[in-house]
Amino acid sequence: MGSWSWDRAGELLPLMMEGLRILLLVTVIASAVALILGLIVAIVNRSAPKAVTVPLFGVMEFIRNTPVLVQAIFVWALLISMLGTSASPMWTGAIVLGVHYASYTAEAYRAGIDGIPKGQWEAITALSLPKPRAWWAVLLPQALRKSTPALGNYVIALFKEVPILSAIGVAEMVTQVEGYAGANYGGSLEGFTMAGLIFLVISYPIALLMRKLENRLAN
Amino acid sequence: MVQFEDVVKRFGDLEVLQGLNFSIAPSERVTLIGPSGSGKTTILRLLMTLEKVTSGVIRVEGEPLSHMKRGGQLVTANEAHLRQVRKKIGMVFQQFNLFPNMKVMRNITEAPIHTLGVSKDEAHERARELLDLVGLSDKADNYPSQLSGGQQQRVAIARSLAMSPDILLLDEVTSALDPELVADVLDLLKDIAATTDITMLIVTHEMGFARDVSDRVMMFDRGVVVEDGPPSQVMGQPEHERTRTFLKAVLGEEA
Repeated sequence: MGSWSWDRAGELLPLMMEGLRILLLVTVIASAVALILGLIVAIVNRSAPKAVTVPLFGVMEFIRNTPVLVQAIFVWALLISMLGTSASPMWTGAIVLGVHYASYTAEAYRAGIDGIPKGQWEAITALSLPKPRAWWAVLLPQALRKSTPALGNYVIALFKEVPILSAIGVAEMVTQVEGYAGANYGGSLEGFTMAGLIFLVISYPIALLMRKLENRLAN
Repeated sequence: MVQFEDVVKRFGDLEVLQGLNFSIAPSERVTLIGPSGSGKTTILRLLMTLEKVTSGVIRVEGEPLSHMKRGGQLVTANEAHLRQVRKKIGMVFQQFNLFPNMKVMRNITEAPIHTLGVSKDEAHERARELLDLVGLSDKADNYPSQLSGGQQQRVAIARSLAMSPDILLLDEVTSALDPELVADVLDLLKDIAATTDITMLIVTHEMGFARDVSDRVMMFDRGVVVEDGPPSQVMGQPEHERTRTFLKAVLGEEA
């Protein structure tokens, strides 16, 4: 591998920026899936009959308790055998990651919903507010206030897990480094150092922001 | 207006109401008194459909509340039927239960607009009248957390009146208030009692208020009605030992 080379670092940087673009794109898609699907799961768990919620609970437990790497490769392989050809690695990876994190965000939403005082539900009944309206206007605004810090932390965690998807060939930043290093017999040191710094530069300010938000919501 | 027919309510092994029978006439103001755990609040909660009867039937304006007719038979009510009957009933809670994420104005207009389908303008106009009635015209744009307990409870009263209920349930509405704020709320309720013909069911420990506002007082103990009559009789010359003991305990506390 040898010692640090600025030349290699210079060659890597544009590749890594392209990788970063894909990394961020995957983060945005996966976060959207995680935040929306998690919310739907939490609401269904709270209002659907047991015949729905019990199997749903099982599925969520299964997803939460198996590695996202295994899930990604499994879905990837399944799609190949079903379609006979490769699906888009980026979309497959983003959706698998999003669904995986939905199993966590659903819990964060649930905690927020459980934190709503019983009296709010009773007032909704007493006023006969239609259920969709009650969720939209009364319950969700109160639940989201409590869930937001946890949801923010999951988005950061998800962002840092995107490189796992290099296993199915998503051309994000770490995949780019590996590709370069494989072809040029060197560059891992430079590439992974820069990758680490880029992750830090992006996630640390967001984490600080989340902490500030958390303090503000707590008061 | 309201009829209880052999209403039994059990929570696990605990029988809170033991085959209750009574009816309430339109515009009647009835106060339910009795020691805690006697089932008073449960009666209000059953009427508001926050609880389900174990057996028996509750009728509101002749319509069974917990059941509905289907093919000539009485079957357990579904959500649509409950919503229909519930619209006639309003409830004010001990803990106010205002929506903390909405300003006062929207707390009052939310249900008229989205439950009754009243137009926005109409709902706002009515809300302003009600805020005027409860003496909080200047608080329309405040959040509940910016109001005192007494003010919050007056908003909650306005919110329930905005639904134009035929029946108003008042569940210990002053129990959570600081003593100096109780009078305002009670005066408001007396005012409403004097100027409307809403049927009222009141659970309270404010005996003076109960005497002033009620046509009828029902004394409960362990899920049965011990005594039932005008306040002058039940509170003035109670026939039953249990009523006397209870009144002595409550009034002793107040003195």
